[in-house]
Amino acid sequence: MSSTILAIELAYWQQTGLRALLGLVGVLLPAGILVYLFLFKMMSFMQSRLGPMEAGPYGSLQLLAEVGKFFQKEDLIPAAADRVVFKMAPFVVLISTFLLVLVIPAGPDLWFIDIDTGIFLALAVSSISVIGILMAGWASASKYSLIGGLRAAGQLVAYELPLVLAVMGVVIQAGTLNVQGIVMAQASGEIFGWGGIGNPFILTQFVGFAIFLIAVQAELTQPPFDMPVAESELVTGYLTEYSGLRFLMFFIGEFATAGIFSALAATMFLGGWYVPGLDPTDNLFNVIGPLVLIGKMVLVAFLIFWFRFTYPRFREDQLQQLAWKFLIPLSLVNIVATGILKVVF
Amino acid sequence: MSPSTLFAATGGFDPLTGGEVMVAQNIAFAIMAVTMLVSAVRMVTTRNVVHAALYLVIVLAGAAGVFILLGAEFVGVTQVMVYIGAIIVLFLFGIMLTRGSFGDDDGVDGERRSMAAMVGALVLAVMAAALVDTFRDAELSRAQPSLTADVGDLIFSQYIVPFEAISVLLLAALIGAIVVARGD
Repeated sequence: MSSTILAIELAYWQQTGLRALLGLVGVLLPAGILVYLFLFKMMSFMQSRLGPMEAGPYGSLQLLAEVGKFFQKEDLIPAAADRVVFKMAPFVVLISTFLLVLVIPAGPDLWFIDIDTGIFLALAVSSISVIGILMAGWASASKYSLIGGLRAAGQLVAYELPLVLAVMGVVIQAGTLNVQGIVMAQASGEIFGWGGIGNPFILTQFVGFAIFLIAVQAELTQPPFDMPVAESELVTGYLTEYSGLRFLMFFIGEFATAGIFSALAATMFLGGWYVPGLDPTDNLFNVIGPLVLIGKMVLVAFLIFWFRFTYPRFREDQLQQLAWKFLIPLSLVNIVATGILKVVF
Repeated sequence: MSPSTLFAATGGFDPLTGGEVMVAQNIAFAIMAVTMLVSAVRMVTTRNVVHAALYLVIVLAGAAGVFILLGAEFVGVTQVMVYIGAIIVLFLFGIMLTRGSFGDDDGVDGERRSMAAMVGALVLAVMAAALVDTFRDAELSRAQPSLTADVGDLIFSQYIVPFEAISVLLLAALIGAIVVARGD
């Protein structure tokens, strides 16, 4: 473990404090970027309106106004609710988000944890949020919430399989689960002996990339996979009884997870913090790496939100069929094909 | 860039026994062990089935933490993935789908209490005997966490036969479940 960041010597506790602070930034920054750029602005433009314009230039301070609004709201808890479980549920969802951000490296020396299981850890902790959603759905003591929670659990379990299986192709090709190793494998890769742009895995794992994005969309319960929060049937599903800060936590959790999954997809398929033409061990990447990563994250998130604002909602049976009868077999075929090609080449 | 970042604090040597002392690990283990024990007791004493399942989450998360403390990173993460991410979710899903009711369930603390205690004691005895017999005084290497690649190599070389046997067993259970559920 390198104890210097840009030649500044840091004690263990200073590093830990810095990591905690950067973890907070790593969760809130993607959430803020995505909400402003896509939810406020892109959706408005797609619907021929301007979106928020009053707070700050081009409505850029609208985010703060929204947070302020949620802070003022009363923290309502239904009389029949299971109070402890009800209060804990948003924290469980946020735990999953905060653990998820840990695995993403933003430069050759910029990482929170650089562990051997890397991407496997990310997929494992992303599944913790399901428990938070089930807790919210059950503890609210409301029919809408319970049905929403059940739908969410069914959907999240179904789409976790294609999510994991889509990553397998990348892991086979990179030969490591370590996220930093996956970035390095792409940076030092060659396309038929030509190493000009490295070998971003989107070229060889395009099927995996597509499956990963579809599965992420479903994991985030975003349209067209928003059966669990279908507002015309279930009010807002498991979120129905939440207000104020607790609702804000679910909201931040959703958009931060969208950003982190986008960054994960950018890391696995688009080369992460690496830009072609430079030496991947160059210290320069410790400075521009985070910016490159955020740029690529916004690019992937654009795809996710483009689908979100374009397509109508799936029916529950269509949603399950897509996962079990199409995505999972396809991702298995992708794994077999990748394995065979890995041995051949 | 070593993969051993999870082992943040290093300890010195115990002057009495000459063994290695890992202070941070011991404190972390103590916290996890107490949390796990309390949650395990609450899990079997609570009268609310959903609460029982949620206490089980804490116990399983603690088990994952202990695995990571021992350097078995892959096993720890798999514990989170399989048990917390899948099995508990299925538990909760099943409970909510069939009951969905609130408050305490009267039928929970049923007549099978002595039976359950017996099975628990039996499992404890068998596990303890097996563990003590296997490890004796052997000290586990704690310097370096076990690598996922090594685990994979072992599974597909030395332990290939048990691995395949378990695969077939799981497949049989899967097919059996479908046959039972179809009921025709």
